[in-house]
Amino acid sequence: MSDIAERVKKIVVEHLGVEPDKVTENASFMDDLGADSLDTVELVMAFEEEFGVEIPDDAAETILTVGDAIKFLSKTAA
Amino acid sequence: MRRVVVTGLGMVTPLGCGVEETWSRVLKGESGAARIETFDVSDLPCKVATPIRRGDGSNGTFNPDQWMEPKEARKVDDFIVFAMAAARQALEDAGWAPKTADDQAATGVLIGSGIGGIEGIAEAGIILKERGPRRISPFFIPGRLINLASGYVSIEHGLKGPNHAVVTACSTGAHAIGDASRLVALGDADVMVAGGSESPLSRLAIAGFSACRALSTGFNDEPTRASRPWDRDRDGFVMGEGAGVVVLEAYEHAKARGAKIYAEVIGYGLSGDAYHITAPSETGDGAFRCMQAALRRAGISPDELDYINAHGTSTPMGDEIELGAVQRLLGNAAARVSMSSTKSATGHLLGAAGAVEAIFSILALRDQIAPPTLNLDNPSVETPIDLVAHAARQRPIEVVLSNSFGFGGTNASLVFRKAA
Repeated sequence: MSDIAERVKKIVVEHLGVEPDKVTENASFMDDLGADSLDTVELVMAFEEEFGVEIPDDAAETILTVGDAIKFLSKTAA
Repeated sequence: MRRVVVTGLGMVTPLGCGVEETWSRVLKGESGAARIETFDVSDLPCKVATPIRRGDGSNGTFNPDQWMEPKEARKVDDFIVFAMAAARQALEDAGWAPKTADDQAATGVLIGSGIGGIEGIAEAGIILKERGPRRISPFFIPGRLINLASGYVSIEHGLKGPNHAVVTACSTGAHAIGDASRLVALGDADVMVAGGSESPLSRLAIAGFSACRALSTGFNDEPTRASRPWDRDRDGFVMGEGAGVVVLEAYEHAKARGAKIYAEVIGYGLSGDAYHITAPSETGDGAFRCMQAALRRAGISPDELDYINAHGTSTPMGDEIELGAVQRLLGNAAARVSMSSTKSATGHLLGAAGAVEAIFSILALRDQIAPPTLNLDNPSVETPIDLVAHAARQRPIEVVLSNSFGFGGTNASLVFRKAA
Protein backbone atom coordinates (compact mmCIF):
# COMPACT_ATOMS: atom_id res chain seq x y z
CA MET A 1 0.00 0.00 0.00
CA SER A 2 2.59 2.57 1.07
CA ASP A 3 4.85 1.45 -1.76
CA ILE A 4 2.05 2.16 -4.25
CA ALA A 5 1.40 5.54 -2.66
CA GLU A 6 5.05 6.50 -2.92
CA ARG A 7 5.25 5.50 -6.58
CA VAL A 8 2.07 7.41 -7.41
CA LYS A 9 3.34 10.53 -5.65
CA LYS A 10 6.69 10.31 -7.42
CA ILE A 11 4.96 10.20 -10.82
CA VAL A 12 2.75 13.16 -9.93
CA VAL A 13 5.74 15.22 -8.79
CA GLU A 14 7.64 14.43 -11.98
CA HIS A 15 4.80 15.03 -14.42
CA LEU A 16 3.22 18.10 -12.89
CA GLY A 17 6.43 19.71 -11.68
CA VAL A 18 5.02 20.34 -8.19
CA GLU A 19 6.65 20.28 -4.76
CA PRO A 20 6.43 16.81 -3.11
CA ASP A 21 4.76 18.20 0.05
CA LYS A 22 1.83 19.47 -2.06
CA VAL A 23 1.10 15.94 -3.23
CA THR A 24 -1.20 14.83 -0.41
CA GLU A 25 -3.86 12.16 -0.82
CA ASN A 26 -6.59 14.79 -0.83
CA ALA A 27 -4.91 16.89 -3.50
CA SER A 28 -6.95 17.24 -6.70
CA PHE A 29 -4.86 17.07 -9.85
CA MET A 30 -6.72 19.92 -11.54
CA ASP A 31 -7.82 22.09 -8.59
CA ASP A 32 -4.73 21.83 -6.38
CA LEU A 33 -1.82 20.69 -8.52
CA GLY A 34 -2.28 22.83 -11.64
CA ALA A 35 -3.00 20.01 -14.09
CA ASP A 36 -5.09 20.62 -17.20
CA SER A 37 -7.15 17.97 -18.97
CA LEU A 38 -4.18 16.89 -21.11
CA ASP A 39 -1.98 16.54 -18.03
CA THR A 40 -4.50 14.20 -16.44
CA VAL A 41 -4.56 12.00 -19.56
CA GLU A 42 -0.79 11.79 -19.43
CA LEU A 43 -0.80 11.04 -15.71
CA VAL A 44 -3.11 8.10 -16.25
CA MET A 45 -0.78 6.86 -19.00
CA ALA A 46 2.15 7.16 -16.62
CA PHE A 47 0.27 5.14 -13.96
CA GLU A 48 -0.49 2.46 -16.53
CA GLU A 49 3.16 2.35 -17.49
CA GLU A 50 4.47 2.23 -13.93
CA PHE A 51 2.05 -0.39 -12.66
CA GLY A 52 1.61 -2.44 -15.81
CA VAL A 53 -2.17 -2.08 -15.84
CA GLU A 54 -4.73 -0.78 -18.28
CA ILE A 55 -7.01 1.96 -16.96
CA PRO A 56 -10.16 2.21 -19.11
CA ASP A 57 -11.40 5.72 -19.95
CA ASP A 58 -14.49 5.45 -17.73
CA ALA A 59 -12.32 4.47 -14.78
CA ALA A 60 -9.78 7.20 -15.60
CA GLU A 61 -12.56 9.78 -15.33
CA THR A 62 -13.08 8.85 -11.68
CA ILE A 63 -9.41 9.40 -10.77
CA LEU A 64 -9.47 13.03 -9.71
CA THR A 65 -7.18 13.10 -6.68
CA VAL A 66 -3.90 11.53 -5.63
CA GLY A 67 -5.91 9.35 -3.22
CA ASP A 68 -8.22 8.19 -6.03
CA ALA A 69 -5.20 7.02 -7.98
CA ILE A 70 -3.67 5.20 -5.02
CA LYS A 71 -6.99 3.52 -4.22
CA PHE A 72 -7.59 2.43 -7.82
CA LEU A 73 -4.07 1.14 -8.31
CA SER A 74 -4.05 -0.68 -4.96
CA LYS A 75 -7.07 -2.65 -6.20
CA THR A 76 -5.82 -3.38 -9.73
CA ALA A 77 -2.05 -3.52 -9.61
CA ALA A 78 -0.57 -6.93 -9.08
CA MET B 1 0.30 51.73 -45.36
CA ARG B 2 1.97 52.54 -42.05
CA ARG B 3 5.74 52.61 -41.64
CA VAL B 4 7.11 49.58 -39.76
CA VAL B 5 10.26 49.55 -37.63
CA VAL B 6 12.25 46.95 -35.72
CA THR B 7 12.45 47.68 -31.99
CA GLY B 8 13.58 44.38 -30.47
CA LEU B 9 15.90 41.50 -31.34
CA GLY B 10 16.33 38.01 -29.92
CA MET B 11 18.12 34.85 -30.94
CA VAL B 12 19.48 31.48 -29.96
CA THR B 13 22.08 30.18 -32.39
CA PRO B 14 24.91 27.65 -32.53
CA LEU B 15 27.24 30.56 -31.74
CA GLY B 16 25.47 31.55 -28.57
CA CYS B 17 22.30 32.30 -26.68
CA GLY B 18 21.59 35.98 -27.20
CA VAL B 19 21.98 38.56 -29.94
CA GLU B 20 25.19 40.23 -28.81
CA GLU B 21 26.77 36.91 -27.82
CA THR B 22 26.11 35.54 -31.30
CA TRP B 23 26.99 38.71 -33.21
CA SER B 24 30.35 39.20 -31.49
CA ARG B 25 31.33 35.64 -32.41
CA VAL B 26 30.16 36.12 -36.00
CA LEU B 27 32.34 39.22 -36.32
CA LYS B 28 35.32 37.37 -34.84
CA GLY B 29 34.97 34.70 -37.51
CA GLU B 30 34.01 31.86 -35.20
CA SER B 31 32.19 28.80 -36.50
CA GLY B 32 29.46 26.89 -34.68
CA ALA B 33 30.16 23.64 -36.52
CA ALA B 34 31.05 20.44 -34.71
CA ARG B 35 30.97 16.70 -35.12
CA ILE B 36 27.49 15.39 -34.25
CA GLU B 37 27.64 13.70 -30.85
CA THR B 38 24.01 13.59 -29.72
CA PHE B 39 23.02 10.65 -31.92
CA ASP B 40 24.63 7.86 -33.90
CA VAL B 41 26.07 9.08 -37.20
CA SER B 42 28.13 5.99 -38.03
CA ASP B 43 25.86 5.08 -40.94
CA LEU B 44 25.07 8.64 -42.06
CA PRO B 45 27.07 10.28 -44.87
CA CYS B 46 27.00 13.66 -43.10
CA LYS B 47 28.45 13.68 -39.58
CA VAL B 48 28.68 17.41 -38.91
CA ALA B 49 26.18 20.05 -37.82
CA THR B 50 25.93 23.35 -36.00
CA PRO B 51 24.26 22.47 -32.69
CA ILE B 52 23.30 24.96 -30.00
CA ARG B 53 25.80 24.89 -27.14
CA ARG B 54 23.79 23.77 -24.13
CA GLY B 55 24.91 24.52 -20.60
CA ASP B 56 24.03 26.39 -17.44
CA GLY B 57 23.43 29.65 -19.30
CA SER B 58 26.83 31.17 -18.60
CA ASN B 59 29.33 32.07 -21.31
CA GLY B 60 26.65 32.19 -24.01
CA THR B 61 25.43 28.64 -23.47
CA PHE B 62 21.74 27.83 -23.77
CA ASN B 63 19.97 26.67 -20.63
CA PRO B 64 16.38 25.73 -21.56
CA ASP B 65 15.25 26.00 -17.92
CA GLN B 66 15.83 29.78 -18.08
CA TRP B 67 13.30 30.19 -20.89
CA MET B 68 10.53 27.64 -20.28
CA GLU B 69 9.23 25.74 -17.28
CA PRO B 70 10.90 22.30 -17.37
CA LYS B 71 7.43 20.79 -16.93
CA GLU B 72 6.30 22.51 -20.15
CA ALA B 73 9.55 22.09 -22.08
CA ARG B 74 9.31 18.34 -21.56
CA LYS B 75 6.11 18.30 -23.65
CA VAL B 76 7.42 20.08 -26.73
CA ASP B 77 10.12 19.81 -29.36
CA ASP B 78 13.09 22.13 -29.01
CA PHE B 79 11.98 24.54 -31.74
CA ILE B 80 9.29 25.77 -29.35
CA VAL B 81 11.79 26.22 -26.50
CA PHE B 82 14.15 28.13 -28.80
CA ALA B 83 11.26 30.34 -29.96
CA MET B 84 10.31 31.06 -26.35
CA ALA B 85 13.88 32.15 -25.62
CA ALA B 86 14.26 34.35 -28.70
CA ALA B 87 10.81 35.91 -28.24
CA ARG B 88 11.41 36.83 -24.61
CA GLN B 89 14.78 38.35 -25.49
CA ALA B 90 13.19 40.40 -28.27
CA LEU B 91 10.30 41.64 -26.13
CA GLU B 92 12.64 42.60 -23.28
CA ASP B 93 14.98 44.30 -25.75
CA ALA B 94 12.01 46.26 -27.11
CA GLY B 95 10.82 47.11 -23.61
CA TRP B 96 7.33 45.98 -24.59
CA ALA B 97 5.27 44.07 -22.03
CA PRO B 98 1.60 44.80 -22.84
CA LYS B 99 -0.65 44.77 -19.78
CA THR B 100 -3.85 46.55 -20.80
CA ALA B 101 -6.49 44.75 -22.84
CA ASP B 102 -5.97 47.18 -25.74
CA ASP B 103 -2.20 46.77 -25.81
CA GLN B 104 -2.49 43.00 -25.60
CA ALA B 105 -5.01 42.90 -28.45
CA ALA B 106 -2.73 45.11 -30.55
CA THR B 107 0.25 42.74 -30.19
CA GLY B 108 0.45 39.57 -32.26
CA VAL B 109 2.84 36.70 -32.93
CA LEU B 110 3.99 35.20 -36.21
CA ILE B 111 6.75 32.66 -35.69
CA GLY B 112 7.27 29.90 -38.23
CA SER B 113 9.32 26.77 -38.62
CA GLY B 114 10.37 24.83 -41.67
CA ILE B 115 9.72 21.37 -40.29
CA GLY B 116 8.49 21.67 -36.72
CA GLY B 117 8.87 18.80 -34.29
CA ILE B 118 10.45 16.17 -36.50
CA GLU B 119 12.28 14.49 -33.61
CA GLY B 120 9.11 14.12 -31.57
CA ILE B 121 7.23 12.79 -34.60
CA ALA B 122 9.95 10.23 -35.25
CA GLU B 123 9.90 9.07 -31.62
CA ALA B 124 6.11 8.84 -31.53
CA GLY B 125 6.16 6.81 -34.73
CA ILE B 126 8.38 4.25 -33.02
CA ILE B 127 6.14 4.18 -29.93
CA LEU B 128 3.06 3.68 -32.10
CA LYS B 129 4.64 0.78 -33.96
CA GLU B 130 6.20 -0.92 -30.95
CA ARG B 131 3.66 -0.25 -28.20
CA GLY B 132 0.43 0.87 -29.83
CA PRO B 133 -1.79 3.96 -29.89
CA ARG B 134 -2.59 3.99 -26.16
CA ARG B 135 0.99 5.01 -25.43
CA ILE B 136 0.84 8.20 -27.54
CA SER B 137 0.99 11.23 -25.25
CA PRO B 138 -1.74 13.87 -25.29
CA PHE B 139 1.11 16.34 -25.78
CA PHE B 140 2.34 14.63 -28.92
CA ILE B 141 0.29 16.85 -31.27
CA PRO B 142 0.46 20.24 -29.49
CA GLY B 143 4.18 19.80 -28.86
CA ARG B 144 4.98 19.25 -32.53
CA LEU B 145 2.65 21.61 -34.45
CA ILE B 146 4.55 24.48 -36.06
CA ASN B 147 2.13 27.23 -35.00
CA LEU B 148 2.47 26.17 -31.36
CA ALA B 149 5.64 28.27 -31.19
CA SER B 150 3.40 31.30 -31.74
CA GLY B 151 0.82 29.78 -29.42
CA TYR B 152 3.19 29.25 -26.50
CA VAL B 153 4.75 32.72 -26.94
CA SER B 154 1.31 34.36 -26.95
CA ILE B 155 0.26 32.51 -23.78
CA GLU B 156 3.51 33.33 -21.97
CA HIS B 157 3.33 37.06 -22.72
CA GLY B 158 -0.43 37.62 -23.02
CA LEU B 159 -0.30 38.64 -26.69
CA LYS B 160 -3.85 38.56 -28.01
CA GLY B 161 -3.44 40.08 -31.48
CA PRO B 162 -3.04 38.06 -34.71
CA ASN B 163 -1.60 34.61 -33.98
CA HIS B 164 -0.11 33.12 -37.08
CA ALA B 165 2.71 30.95 -38.46
CA VAL B 166 4.62 30.57 -41.69
CA VAL B 167 5.88 27.34 -43.22
CA THR B 168 8.05 27.92 -46.28
CA ALA B 169 11.07 25.69 -45.67
CA CYS B 170 14.26 27.74 -45.58
CA SER B 171 12.44 30.99 -46.41
CA THR B 172 10.24 30.71 -43.32
CA GLY B 173 12.00 33.26 -41.10
CA ALA B 174 12.11 35.91 -43.83
CA HIS B 175 8.50 35.34 -44.85
CA ALA B 176 7.43 35.55 -41.20
CA ILE B 177 9.09 38.94 -40.73
CA GLY B 178 7.82 40.18 -44.08
CA ASP B 179 4.24 39.03 -43.55
CA ALA B 180 4.18 40.31 -39.98
CA SER B 181 5.43 43.70 -41.14
CA ARG B 182 2.46 43.83 -43.51
CA LEU B 183 0.06 43.06 -40.67
CA VAL B 184 1.51 46.05 -38.85
CA ALA B 185 1.54 48.22 -41.98
CA LEU B 186 -2.13 47.43 -42.65
CA GLY B 187 -3.15 48.02 -39.05
CA ASP B 188 -4.09 44.47 -38.03
CA ALA B 189 -1.61 44.91 -35.18
CA ASP B 190 0.56 47.70 -33.79
CA VAL B 191 3.27 45.29 -32.65
CA MET B 192 4.21 41.86 -34.00
CA VAL B 193 6.62 39.34 -32.53
CA ALA B 194 7.96 37.63 -35.66
CA GLY B 195 10.60 35.15 -36.71
CA GLY B 196 11.50 31.52 -37.20
CA SER B 197 12.69 28.56 -35.17
CA GLU B 198 14.05 25.13 -36.04
CA SER B 199 15.25 22.01 -34.21
CA PRO B 200 16.13 19.55 -36.98
CA LEU B 201 19.18 17.84 -35.53
CA SER B 202 18.00 14.24 -35.56
CA ARG B 203 18.95 11.08 -37.39
CA LEU B 204 15.76 11.28 -39.43
CA ALA B 205 16.39 14.82 -40.70
CA ILE B 206 20.05 14.17 -41.48
CA ALA B 207 19.02 11.01 -43.35
CA GLY B 208 16.31 12.87 -45.25
CA PHE B 209 18.42 15.85 -46.31
CA SER B 210 21.27 13.47 -47.13
CA ALA B 211 18.95 11.60 -49.47
CA CYS B 212 18.26 14.95 -51.18
CA ARG B 213 22.05 15.26 -51.59
CA ALA B 214 21.85 18.62 -49.84
CA LEU B 215 24.36 18.17 -46.98
CA SER B 216 28.13 18.49 -46.83
CA THR B 217 29.79 15.09 -46.62
CA GLY B 218 33.43 15.85 -47.38
CA PHE B 219 34.44 17.63 -44.18
CA ASN B 220 33.36 15.17 -41.50
CA ASP B 221 36.78 15.38 -39.86
CA GLU B 222 37.04 19.18 -40.20
CA PRO B 223 33.57 20.42 -39.23
CA THR B 224 34.43 24.13 -39.11
CA ARG B 225 35.56 24.00 -42.74
CA ALA B 226 32.38 22.32 -44.04
CA SER B 227 30.20 25.42 -44.60
CA ARG B 228 32.06 27.36 -47.32
CA PRO B 229 29.73 29.40 -49.51
CA TRP B 230 31.06 30.24 -53.01
CA ASP B 231 34.27 28.30 -52.36
CA ARG B 232 35.23 25.83 -55.09
CA ASP B 233 35.38 22.94 -52.58
CA ARG B 234 31.89 23.44 -51.16
CA ASP B 235 29.79 20.29 -51.21
CA GLY B 236 26.53 20.98 -49.40
CA PHE B 237 25.11 22.75 -46.39
CA VAL B 238 25.72 22.15 -42.70
CA MET B 239 22.46 21.79 -40.80
CA GLY B 240 21.94 23.73 -37.60
CA GLU B 241 19.35 24.59 -34.99
CA GLY B 242 18.21 27.86 -33.49
CA ALA B 243 15.71 30.69 -33.54
CA GLY B 244 15.55 34.37 -34.41
CA VAL B 245 12.73 36.69 -33.39
CA VAL B 246 12.22 40.43 -33.90
CA VAL B 247 9.70 42.88 -32.53
CA LEU B 248 8.11 44.82 -35.37
CA GLU B 249 6.20 47.94 -34.56
CA ALA B 250 4.31 50.75 -36.25
CA TYR B 251 6.70 53.69 -36.47
CA GLU B 252 4.30 56.10 -34.74
CA HIS B 253 3.65 53.54 -31.99
CA ALA B 254 7.38 53.13 -31.35
CA LYS B 255 7.95 56.89 -31.41
CA ALA B 256 5.08 57.56 -29.04
CA ARG B 257 6.51 55.27 -26.36
CA GLY B 258 10.09 56.38 -26.93
CA ALA B 259 11.29 52.96 -28.09
CA LYS B 260 14.79 52.37 -29.40
CA ILE B 261 14.53 51.86 -33.18
CA TYR B 262 17.04 49.57 -34.91
CA ALA B 263 15.83 49.90 -38.48
CA GLU B 264 12.85 50.35 -40.74
CA VAL B 265 11.46 47.50 -42.84
CA ILE B 266 11.32 49.28 -46.19
CA GLY B 267 11.06 46.36 -48.60
CA TYR B 268 9.71 42.83 -48.78
CA GLY B 269 9.59 40.75 -51.95
CA LEU B 270 8.27 37.27 -52.66
CA SER B 271 8.42 35.00 -55.66
CA GLY B 272 8.13 31.38 -56.76
CA ASP B 273 10.50 29.50 -59.04
CA ALA B 274 7.84 27.15 -60.46
CA TYR B 275 10.75 24.96 -61.48
CA HIS B 276 11.78 22.08 -59.18
CA ILE B 277 10.97 20.82 -55.67
CA THR B 278 14.53 21.07 -54.33
CA ALA B 279 16.77 22.64 -57.01
CA PRO B 280 16.81 26.40 -57.67
CA SER B 281 15.94 27.47 -61.20
CA GLU B 282 19.18 27.50 -63.14
CA THR B 283 18.67 31.00 -64.47
CA GLY B 284 18.22 32.41 -60.97
CA ASP B 285 15.09 34.05 -62.25
CA GLY B 286 13.08 33.40 -59.07
CA ALA B 287 15.74 34.95 -56.86
CA PHE B 288 16.13 37.90 -59.24
CA ARG B 289 12.40 38.67 -59.35
CA CYS B 290 12.18 38.32 -55.57
CA MET B 291 14.92 40.89 -54.91
CA GLN B 292 13.48 43.13 -57.62
CA ALA B 293 10.06 43.02 -55.96
CA ALA B 294 11.61 43.93 -52.60
CA LEU B 295 13.44 46.92 -54.08
CA ARG B 296 10.30 48.06 -55.90
CA ARG B 297 8.38 47.94 -52.62
CA ALA B 298 11.22 49.85 -50.95
CA GLY B 299 11.17 52.42 -53.71
CA ILE B 300 14.93 52.28 -54.12
CA SER B 301 17.26 51.39 -56.97
CA PRO B 302 19.85 48.60 -56.78
CA ASP B 303 22.72 51.08 -56.52
CA GLU B 304 21.42 52.14 -53.10
CA LEU B 305 22.19 48.72 -51.60
CA ASP B 306 25.30 48.46 -49.44
CA TYR B 307 25.18 45.02 -47.86
CA ILE B 308 23.45 41.79 -48.83
CA ASN B 309 23.14 38.83 -46.47
CA ALA B 310 22.98 36.01 -49.01
CA HIS B 311 21.01 32.82 -48.74
CA GLY B 312 24.39 31.22 -49.63
CA THR B 313 24.01 27.75 -48.15
CA SER B 314 27.26 26.29 -49.50
CA THR B 315 25.60 23.97 -52.00
CA PRO B 316 27.34 23.48 -55.35
CA MET B 317 24.42 24.84 -57.44
CA GLY B 318 22.65 27.35 -55.23
CA ASP B 319 25.51 29.69 -54.36
CA GLU B 320 26.47 30.53 -57.92
CA ILE B 321 22.89 30.87 -59.08
CA GLU B 322 22.18 33.39 -56.33
CA LEU B 323 25.40 35.25 -57.10
CA GLY B 324 24.40 35.45 -60.75
CA ALA B 325 20.97 36.78 -59.84
CA VAL B 326 22.49 39.42 -57.56
CA GLN B 327 24.95 40.51 -60.27
CA ARG B 328 22.08 40.81 -62.73
CA LEU B 329 20.16 42.90 -60.20
CA LEU B 330 23.06 45.19 -59.34
CA GLY B 331 24.50 45.66 -62.82
CA ASN B 332 27.16 48.35 -62.69
CA ALA B 333 26.59 48.81 -58.96
CA ALA B 334 27.99 45.34 -58.17
CA ALA B 335 31.43 46.65 -57.18
CA ARG B 336 30.06 48.88 -54.42
CA VAL B 337 28.21 46.11 -52.60
CA SER B 338 29.44 43.73 -49.93
CA MET B 339 27.65 40.37 -49.76
CA SER B 340 28.38 37.61 -47.28
CA SER B 341 26.89 34.36 -46.11
CA THR B 342 26.76 34.08 -42.34
CA LYS B 343 25.75 30.44 -42.83
CA SER B 344 29.50 29.90 -43.08
CA ALA B 345 29.50 30.50 -39.30
CA THR B 346 26.04 29.45 -38.11
CA GLY B 347 25.35 26.64 -40.55
CA HIS B 348 21.92 26.50 -42.15
CA LEU B 349 19.21 27.02 -39.55
CA LEU B 350 16.46 26.18 -42.10
CA GLY B 351 13.23 27.87 -40.96
CA ALA B 352 15.13 30.07 -38.50
CA ALA B 353 17.77 31.16 -41.03
CA GLY B 354 15.82 34.04 -42.57
CA ALA B 355 15.04 35.57 -39.20
CA VAL B 356 18.54 35.16 -37.76
CA GLU B 357 20.04 36.60 -40.95
CA ALA B 358 17.61 39.52 -41.00
CA ILE B 359 18.90 40.32 -37.51
CA PHE B 360 22.53 40.06 -38.68
CA SER B 361 21.65 42.46 -41.52
CA ILE B 362 20.13 44.92 -39.05
CA LEU B 363 23.24 44.66 -36.85
CA ALA B 364 25.45 45.26 -39.91
CA LEU B 365 23.47 48.47 -40.36
CA ARG B 366 23.79 49.41 -36.70
CA ASP B 367 27.52 48.71 -36.43
CA GLN B 368 28.55 49.66 -39.99
CA ILE B 369 30.27 46.35 -40.51
CA ALA B 370 29.75 43.49 -42.95
CA PRO B 371 30.08 40.07 -41.27
CA PRO B 372 32.48 37.65 -42.96
CA THR B 373 32.08 34.64 -45.23
CA LEU B 374 34.24 31.98 -43.60
CA ASN B 375 36.22 29.39 -45.55
CA LEU B 376 36.03 31.30 -48.82
CA ASP B 377 39.56 30.30 -49.79
CA ASN B 378 39.10 29.96 -53.53
CA PRO B 379 35.95 31.48 -55.03
CA SER B 380 34.54 29.17 -57.69
CA VAL B 381 33.69 32.11 -59.94
CA GLU B 382 34.97 35.64 -60.33
CA THR B 383 32.72 38.49 -59.28
CA PRO B 384 33.07 42.24 -58.82
CA ILE B 385 31.02 41.87 -55.60
CA ASP B 386 32.98 41.91 -52.34
CA LEU B 387 32.15 38.54 -50.74
CA VAL B 388 33.81 39.55 -47.43
CA ALA B 389 36.07 36.51 -47.33
CA HIS B 390 37.42 35.41 -43.93
CA ALA B 391 37.21 38.69 -42.00
CA ALA B 392 34.48 41.22 -41.22
CA ARG B 393 34.72 44.51 -43.08
CA GLN B 394 34.00 47.94 -41.61
CA ARG B 395 32.24 50.04 -44.26
CA PRO B 396 29.41 52.53 -44.69
CA ILE B 397 26.07 50.68 -44.65
CA GLU B 398 22.76 52.50 -45.11
CA VAL B 399 20.58 49.88 -46.81
CA VAL B 400 20.72 46.10 -46.40
CA LEU B 401 18.96 43.22 -48.12
CA SER B 402 18.58 39.67 -46.78
CA ASN B 403 17.75 36.74 -49.07
CA SER B 404 16.11 33.42 -48.25
CA PHE B 405 15.20 30.65 -50.67
CA GLY B 406 13.43 27.42 -49.82
CA PHE B 407 12.57 23.97 -51.14
CA GLY B 408 9.51 24.19 -53.31
CA GLY B 409 10.98 27.20 -55.09
CA THR B 410 9.84 29.76 -52.51
CA ASN B 411 11.81 33.00 -52.24
CA ALA B 412 11.76 35.98 -49.87
CA SER B 413 13.86 39.14 -49.66
CA LEU B 414 13.78 41.76 -46.92
CA VAL B 415 15.18 45.29 -47.15
CA PHE B 416 16.02 47.39 -44.08
CA ARG B 417 17.20 50.96 -43.73
CA LYS B 418 18.16 53.09 -40.78
CA ALA B 419 14.98 54.71 -39.53
CA ALA B 420 15.19 58.43 -40.21
